[in-house]
Amino acid sequence: MLSALLVMAGLAIAIGAALGFAAVKFRVEGDPLVDKIDAILPQTQCGQCGFPGCKPYATAIASGEADINQCPPGGEEGIRKLADLLGREFKPLNAENGVEKPKSVAVIDENTCIGCTLCIQACPVDAIVGAAKQMHTVIDQLCTGCELCLAPCPVDCITMEPVGETVDTWKWHYPVIPIRTAA
Amino acid sequence: MSLNSPYLRKPTSVTRVMAEVLLALVPAIAVYAWFFGVGILVQIALATATAIAFEAGFLKLRGRPIGRSLADLSAIVTAWLIALAFPSIGPWWLVVAGTAFAIVVAKHLYGGLGQNPFNPAMVAYAVMIVAFPALMSQWPGAGRLDAAAQLDLIFGGARAVDAVTAATPLDSLRTGLRAEGSSVNALLQGDGFGLFAGRGWEWIAVAFLIGGLYLLARRIITWHIPVAYLGSLAALETIASIAAPQSYPGPVFSLFSGAAMIGAFFILTDPVSGATTPRGKLIYAAGAALMTWIIRHFGSFPDGVAFATLLMNLCVPLIDMKTQPPVFGHKTKN
Amino acid sequence: MQRKLFKFNGGVKPATYKTDSTREPIKAVPLPAQLIVPLHQHVGGTPYPLVETGDVVLKGQRIGAADGNVSSAVHAPTSGRVVAVEPRVMAHPSGLTTLSVVIEPDGEERWIDCEPISLRAMSPDQVRDELRDAGVVGLGGAVFPSHLKLKPANGGTDTLVINGAECEPFITCDDLLMRERAEQIIRGAEIMQQLLQARRVLIGIEDNKPEAIAAMQHAVSARAAGSMEVVAVPTRYPAGGAKQLIRVLTGIEVPHGRRSTDYGVQCFNTGTAYAIADVIDRGRPLVSRIVTVAGNVERPGNYEVLFGTPMNHVAALAGIKPGTDRFIMGGPMMGFRMPAYDVPVVKATNCILVGSPELFPPPEPEIGCIRCGECARACPADLQPFELYWYSRAKNFGKAQEYHLFDCIECGCCAYVCPSHIPLVDYFRFSKSEIWARERQKHAADVARDRFEFRNERIEREKREKAEKLAAKTAASRAAASMAAAAAPAGTSDHSEDSKKALIAAAMARAKAQREAIAPQNTEALPPDQQAQIVNADAHRAAIAPADGNIAAQPTEKSPAEG
Repeated sequence: MLSALLVMAGLAIAIGAALGFAAVKFRVEGDPLVDKIDAILPQTQCGQCGFPGCKPYATAIASGEADINQCPPGGEEGIRKLADLLGREFKPLNAENGVEKPKSVAVIDENTCIGCTLCIQACPVDAIVGAAKQMHTVIDQLCTGCELCLAPCPVDCITMEPVGETVDTWKWHYPVIPIRTAA
Repeated sequence: MSLNSPYLRKPTSVTRVMAEVLLALVPAIAVYAWFFGVGILVQIALATATAIAFEAGFLKLRGRPIGRSLADLSAIVTAWLIALAFPSIGPWWLVVAGTAFAIVVAKHLYGGLGQNPFNPAMVAYAVMIVAFPALMSQWPGAGRLDAAAQLDLIFGGARAVDAVTAATPLDSLRTGLRAEGSSVNALLQGDGFGLFAGRGWEWIAVAFLIGGLYLLARRIITWHIPVAYLGSLAALETIASIAAPQSYPGPVFSLFSGAAMIGAFFILTDPVSGATTPRGKLIYAAGAALMTWIIRHFGSFPDGVAFATLLMNLCVPLIDMKTQPPVFGHKTKN
Repeated sequence: MQRKLFKFNGGVKPATYKTDSTREPIKAVPLPAQLIVPLHQHVGGTPYPLVETGDVVLKGQRIGAADGNVSSAVHAPTSGRVVAVEPRVMAHPSGLTTLSVVIEPDGEERWIDCEPISLRAMSPDQVRDELRDAGVVGLGGAVFPSHLKLKPANGGTDTLVINGAECEPFITCDDLLMRERAEQIIRGAEIMQQLLQARRVLIGIEDNKPEAIAAMQHAVSARAAGSMEVVAVPTRYPAGGAKQLIRVLTGIEVPHGRRSTDYGVQCFNTGTAYAIADVIDRGRPLVSRIVTVAGNVERPGNYEVLFGTPMNHVAALAGIKPGTDRFIMGGPMMGFRMPAYDVPVVKATNCILVGSPELFPPPEPEIGCIRCGECARACPADLQPFELYWYSRAKNFGKAQEYHLFDCIECGCCAYVCPSHIPLVDYFRFSKSEIWARERQKHAADVARDRFEFRNERIEREKREKAEKLAAKTAASRAAASMAAAAAPAGTSDHSEDSKKALIAAAMARAKAQREAIAPQNTEALPPDQQAQIVNADAHRAAIAPADGNIAAQPTEKSPAEG
């Protein structure tokens, strides 16, 4: 009886020590949680979540101050990924934050633009070029579609235009799954 | 249904593959019936009917097209293998329960065709031999029982067993070696042993070999598993019989006894639960041979093929992962 | 002649269906009513249009200029009038449109002045530029700009492979080209050999084309090209895949993501060799190609087709049989279903395969994979398609890539042999495009993140710098003031008031001077038209100025969203 107990205890200690050693020796330096959340967020930097950018929102989610359903550009897929990462229940997008829209880019009507630079200051990713009293234009590859430039424009010359599908962005469909008989 | 290329398809189907397997089993079944009577045919009929009934029922429950899925014949292959693995004079409910378990638990609960990690027929065998060890060990002797007696055993519930049944050659050899301390040579002279293995059984094994060669010729299976399995088993038996000739019967007896032949060509080669890469198949089959050898000589079950298969099924994901063949252009580092 | 050949694993041997379309020589196609020439017909940048609606063009006139070096030019296939430059449905399974030049032929086929190019008078770089501007791209179907492939490798090019294998069923355009115009192909191969400085040229032709082999051998001996050799390779699909043919002829395996030039080999299609000879010797840019019309037609055959010709115009010449339900561009193994019957023939169109349900019956329904491994045995890239299928189906793209998804050449062998009728290639195409989309998305997000963080940093820095400057300034002025105070007789308070007032006054004067000094910049010495533009813009601004004044106050009211 005693020997059995000793054997078991000894085994437990030995294995525990081995595991502990392995945990230290082979430690995997994981991304901090905030970075993992930030990697899922679309980086639109639109502020629709109520935070000044994606990173602050990620920080708020990590600290429990914000919910996972406040990001309209990330959409349902983004919420699902966050729910997976954080082990939480999926919930639909909070309508107060906005609605999911197709990816768009801002376009400046260059005839109307007065060169006031207000949109340049509003753009979170410096995707608008121009100078005071010079016509401005949006670099469409860099535009995240955040819409932050719309409000400041004094002449309402900025519109959002959906990004169309091209041969380069066209995707093959998921092959049709086998047909089930009507249940 | 795809609308994209390739638009040409080879005229092939799972149904054809399975039909070839069934065809390859026919000679062995014929030899079986010739030596041991109609029992095997009854068992095959029972197993087939059970398999079809449960397959259809579960396909309906799972909302899958019944006719098309039944037509792939995979359930019937499972049924025939079960009937061949079970004693042909077992009571009717034994093979029915085994087949039902194979189809329901081992196949459909894992997701149906192609999804089962274990060979369904071997799962059925393992479950039944653990649950009903006595019934699963009563085999007919060659030419001892007429049709009426066999039917009575299967359907009548007559279990005056010891008088009419025999142990398998493997079983009686081991019992003889362990309990009576006699030598292999003496035992092999006894009743129930034939030219080079068990009387009757040896010719069934030959028929399995012929069926297996047919499958090889039809390119349904590749050479890797049968060669590695039979080769490894023969090597182990040869070494053992050289080391201790009194206790080990040698390679020929081993290969033509028990389920070695059906295992090598029909059970281990099941692609769903077996290894798929060429190197993986060799490892998988060699591992199964080692397991078979260990269980046969040191275990307490009459044969080791079923458990060897299941144990190696467990290792398949690892084996396949570790034996991925090199991809075009990545063979040499340049 | 008895060259040692190598083998590639896998491959399949479907029925070839080639004899019907090889009975008659290459035929001409009457001009269609309109030619729709897409500007983007190759791998690389989209050429920009050089013509406008209403322009009159000559045959061979450049209508699209290469955009950068990884691009290729496009030419008017015949003389006529440009009636539109607009997006038209393209020969692509997506059914999307692309900017195309629509030309109404005048029926005269007037060529531009064609100047043969002298290889001696030009540097290799100039020759490559000529090829780019002549629109030469790979005509085997990959349409990669040829001039980019005609640079000798660093280690020197050992072997130039001319691909005449043509392994896809039904397609015979290269076969007919080799039978009828072998000499010009050999001439093109010589030019390529010269540009690549290749030691030898191997011309690989599948052994089911004995006429083509004989014609090419004859042409080689006629030209006394000692370093060229015609090699018959075993007929096995996909022997005509560039990597597979290189493997068979040289034993070299070019892995995915590497160029064959790194291994001293370069591979071109016979059609490309022919086109290059046309450009160099006759000065004619690429405006047509040989196209096989086969499948559900009365008289399968090969046609010399101008780019931009609607496919149904060509197919009609072969007699489309009833029951036709689709056009496939390419062969039955790798071809793509066209979104419409009147899409134009482009540089990638080697075959118009007219399909019908009888010829290509819809595949049987997909059932579960039984892991039989047939696909792995058929795969010429030595992949495990059933594992790739497993992960693609589960959308586990990371794992699919681990199992070398991108080594898949989409040849279709796996789906061809699958007893479960699984459309394996569909799964792989889906996975690949999904992975590309995600990479694009991730790249965009990374760029946005970086730029956002940089902007925040910049704003912080500017704030900090401003604050520092301010602090330095106040410190300096305080020091000056205290010095002044110390110098002046101490005690009187309005004295210090005076000094403060003086400081403010001085600052105001400075500001005023600065304001007056500001003048519009870069407005001196402008050409009159730009001056006029400025005047116009000023007038425009003046016109909208009242509105401006009203709205200017609004942003602060609207801005809570910003806070």
